[in-house]
Amino acid sequence: MPSGNKGGGDGLLNTCEHCCTRVEDLTVKLGSNVILSRVNLHVNCGEVVGVVGPNGAGKTTLLRTLMGEMPYQGKISFRVGGNPSQTPQIGYVPQKLHLEKGAPVSVADLVASAVTRRPVWAGIDGSTAGRVKEVLSLFSAEHLVKRKIGDLSGGELQRVLLAIAMTPAPDLLLLDEPAGGVDAKGLALFYRIVRGLRQTHDISVILVTHDLAGIYSYVDKMVLLNRGVIAEGAPQEVLADGKLVEVFGAALWNISCLPDIVKDKGKGGDNAD
Amino acid sequence: MPIDFWYKLVNTLPFEWAHYVFMENALLAVLLVTPLFALMGTMVVSNRMVFFTDVLGHSALTGIAIGVLLGFQDPVLPMLLLAVLLSVGVNLLKNMTRASMDTVLGVLFAFIVALGIVILSRRGGFAKYTGYLIGDILTVTPAQIGWLLAIAAAVMVYWLAAGNAMIFTSISSSLARSRKVNTFWVETSFTLLLALVVILSIRLAGILIINSLLVLPAAAARNISRNMRAYTAWAVLISLFSGISGLIVSFYWGTASGATIVLFAAACYSVSALFGAGRNR
Repeated sequence: MPSGNKGGGDGLLNTCEHCCTRVEDLTVKLGSNVILSRVNLHVNCGEVVGVVGPNGAGKTTLLRTLMGEMPYQGKISFRVGGNPSQTPQIGYVPQKLHLEKGAPVSVADLVASAVTRRPVWAGIDGSTAGRVKEVLSLFSAEHLVKRKIGDLSGGELQRVLLAIAMTPAPDLLLLDEPAGGVDAKGLALFYRIVRGLRQTHDISVILVTHDLAGIYSYVDKMVLLNRGVIAEGAPQEVLADGKLVEVFGAALWNISCLPDIVKDKGKGGDNAD
Repeated sequence: MPIDFWYKLVNTLPFEWAHYVFMENALLAVLLVTPLFALMGTMVVSNRMVFFTDVLGHSALTGIAIGVLLGFQDPVLPMLLLAVLLSVGVNLLKNMTRASMDTVLGVLFAFIVALGIVILSRRGGFAKYTGYLIGDILTVTPAQIGWLLAIAAAVMVYWLAAGNAMIFTSISSSLARSRKVNTFWVETSFTLLLALVVILSIRLAGILIINSLLVLPAAAARNISRNMRAYTAWAVLISLFSGISGLIVSFYWGTASGATIVLFAAACYSVSALFGAGRNR
């Protein structure tokens, strides 16, 4: 499912008229530890951007900084509907929840908490229940409504969390490692749904993952992050870049579903050494 | 006085215990405090704050000690101040470090209990304060019941206003913040309410067992609930049942009411654990 507007996208990127999220010279430190260094990132409206990098590359920190949770140096600006915005609506799908297996929180409880202020401990009324089902059905999850959150499989949980992140519809959707604990089939379904959101919503998506092989056919742009931006561009370009191998190391060409171009590049680099 | 109406009502019951004013007061206090404890307990258990509430309960000892040192007649004020200080302090620390609070709380617990005992045991005077350890719900006064009613109202308002925000806050603070929930305020106001509830009922429930009264009904409800409504409803029911049964049985057995109530709640926990295990199989 390659994107259709790659050429146009690159042209717009230079002028950045269509940037919905723009990160300039972003540095994030935790004590004396530099987690992100001079990161520049432009996300166009309606674009799905994959940020890939090894563990500890600062991916989650990037998302938390965009959400306003971390102090930073540099500039972050958002545009909503063509106008600058300080507080865009952000949808966020966390990597994991702070939740024990037996916790008595049902899928309906969580989604109802997102659609109404009426407290769910007092029960979910009919009209809320209807809206909960409606929201879940958009993400192939309506059958999960009575299940406990802790009993869901990785893929099911991701879809429920996505349904919540999309309610109300955000301007920017942030996905943190959706591949964790999700099987290949569930992941493909999840990426397809995310990709489909672009048709129905005016939304940009930043997807953070180490699952290079899984996302490359679903994103418009790929950013290789390892504390700083190592490479960025159309997925094919980034995959063809020799730096990919430097960052990910030898583990990379064990992934059988990567395009051949990467494996050739990787082996070439290896021989040269 | 509405309390006189209550006395008349209970007096019509055909039981021996129903003719004593201290039992009538105690029953009213139980009907008020046990659902309150159950509600607070559901969030204490969900947010993994069980150890924290235990520290909070034991801080009462040190609060009393500080009150004695400063010459307070009624130690409620110093107890409350210390508990509030602890709540805010621990909450700040948790937000700053994001690390496990287990060890920190353990150290705090040891320090606070030791400090309280050292001050109170000067010149061998500790025996005067053992009443606080076990608590005595039979000494409850209508004025105290009035205070409990006010806190119960405050908790109810908080539960109605912040119920859904608490769910998001407890499962992922980043997710909660992305939904524009002020997680610091949600957590801080909850711990402050918790400090109020614990300190103002410590005389009735006792330092040693107040945490069981908070935690057991919620822990039992968790075994058999599949959603928030069932969790809340079961916790309140189990707490009320244990409270009423424990109070009445303690009258006939001549035992401490608080501990008897805890035994009933523990029995409920065992039954719910068996029932829950059977259902999950």
